[in-house]
Amino acid sequence: MSTLAFIEISEGEIKKTSLEAVSFAAGMDTAVTAIAFGQATEEALQKAGAAGATKILHVSDTAYNEGNIQAYATAIAQAAEQESADTVILANSSLGDPVAARLSIKMEASLASNVIELPDTTNGFTVKRSIYTGKAFANVDMTEGKRILGIKKNATTLKEDGGPATIETFTPTSQENDFKVKILSQEKATGDVLLPEADIVVSGGRGLKGPENWGMIEDLAKSLGAATGCSKPVSDMDWRPHHEHVGQTGIKVAPSLYIAVGISGAIQHLAGVNGSKYIVVINKDEEAPFFKAADYGIVGDAFEVVPKLTEAIKAING
Amino acid sequence: MKILVCITHVPDTTSKIAFTENNTQFDKTGVQYIIGPYDDYALARAVELKEQTSGSITVLNVGEAETEPTLRKALAIGADDAIRINAAPKDSYYVANQISAIAKEGQYDLILMGRESIDFNNGVVHGMVGELLGIPSLSPIMTLEIDGTTAKMTREIEGGKESLEAQLPLVLGCQEPIAEWKIPNMRGIMTARSKPLQVIDPSDDSTRTLLKAYEQPAAKGAVKMIDADNVAELVNLLKNEAKVI
Repeated sequence: MSTLAFIEISEGEIKKTSLEAVSFAAGMDTAVTAIAFGQATEEALQKAGAAGATKILHVSDTAYNEGNIQAYATAIAQAAEQESADTVILANSSLGDPVAARLSIKMEASLASNVIELPDTTNGFTVKRSIYTGKAFANVDMTEGKRILGIKKNATTLKEDGGPATIETFTPTSQENDFKVKILSQEKATGDVLLPEADIVVSGGRGLKGPENWGMIEDLAKSLGAATGCSKPVSDMDWRPHHEHVGQTGIKVAPSLYIAVGISGAIQHLAGVNGSKYIVVINKDEEAPFFKAADYGIVGDAFEVVPKLTEAIKAING
Repeated sequence: MKILVCITHVPDTTSKIAFTENNTQFDKTGVQYIIGPYDDYALARAVELKEQTSGSITVLNVGEAETEPTLRKALAIGADDAIRINAAPKDSYYVANQISAIAKEGQYDLILMGRESIDFNNGVVHGMVGELLGIPSLSPIMTLEIDGTTAKMTREIEGGKESLEAQLPLVLGCQEPIAEWKIPNMRGIMTARSKPLQVIDPSDDSTRTLLKAYEQPAAKGAVKMIDADNVAELVNLLKNEAKVI
């Protein structure tokens, strides 16, 4: 049996989270085939080869460009059958999660999302997943012969030393209802580092006093090659767009470094960032609860500290 | 329009998470339970749609008797009747099967729930229900408008959103800003007591996963405080100690 990894393509490139999914699959010591949807060059697709896939099924039919949930689930189920794959690996994402759900019914498979470690196969097939919004873990037995794993962002190290993969065109047989949902338009931030994919995130809260002061956050983010985020009140007040809201009911991030500026650290915000490897908190209130969850803290006025920090980062980056 | 809203009964977001019975049971001591926050958004939008279309809302939960106060709260917010499937929610597949059985019988135009529960965080029940019923499922949905039998929606995607259109029936996993949470008023609380709450035995006992044990994350070390006049020290620590820049 083999493993099939689902690859999402955005603007001609494989998403980092999908490369993580392929790397995770490669770590399971089975043959890895990847299935990629969307327009991409052979060179771009070969990044999946470097991540550990030996074969790439490329769905280049433009009908599959936009991420239609039902059509993708049908196509992946067909690819899994063709490849005799008993395991499907995908990234937890706004597309991966709903696709996985439908796929699990089609394949009669066990399903676990937010998986954070390679499975334990010493006695069955057990995965460790993040639950209670990152405040605990569950070890779960996948009791069916087929399984689908959704991999939490940044839960695995990117593999980049794999060999070239063979690339084949894959043509799914669509089912009657696959394209019933019409995607009318997509609006995406372009040119910026996307928040869910970012390795470093700089977030601002109410302490910034108004949207006109966000340039300071953006400058710091730019110096670090980071994405920008915000707290819920900031998004509620329309200082920043909703897709930047980090927290329990917003985007959950798991970067290597999370820098919180002027955010007190309500428990709902912490729930969205507790997967971060390192947290830096800059707040003028030394009693801010966020300091308890931080690795490094500065008690000070953001309007003084942040520009200095930006300059210091620029200095070391030359 | 007939709307089915599926809600979870989950620990309040500020709850301390602990386990008992050799880490196989959640420790409920002192824990306040609430409607799942995402489900609350779904319910709030359902109430608004009901007002616009003079429809009805059935609220459903898979849970044992302890979840009835949560269902009553949903009735107070504006649901017309409630169904409790009398079983502990064993896994996502189990819950999706129960919802599908009720949905097949009830012929709902719209099945709404949160994008995910905040206890198990799988975020897949809506998709499973959609596939089991053979109708479209979409998540996470940020806006929803209904015009006759056509639904217009926006769905969050990485770094933005997409606009979608589909015909009812649909299953949707919801999130903010689809609606403002509704706070039950006194009249709602009073009328909720007399609204029907039906208890039904589970229709199918199948599961596809089995929980072995819970774990708690390792305790976080103490924060290192750095003087506000010494940001160079922070940069040094991030570069040479944490190795993240």
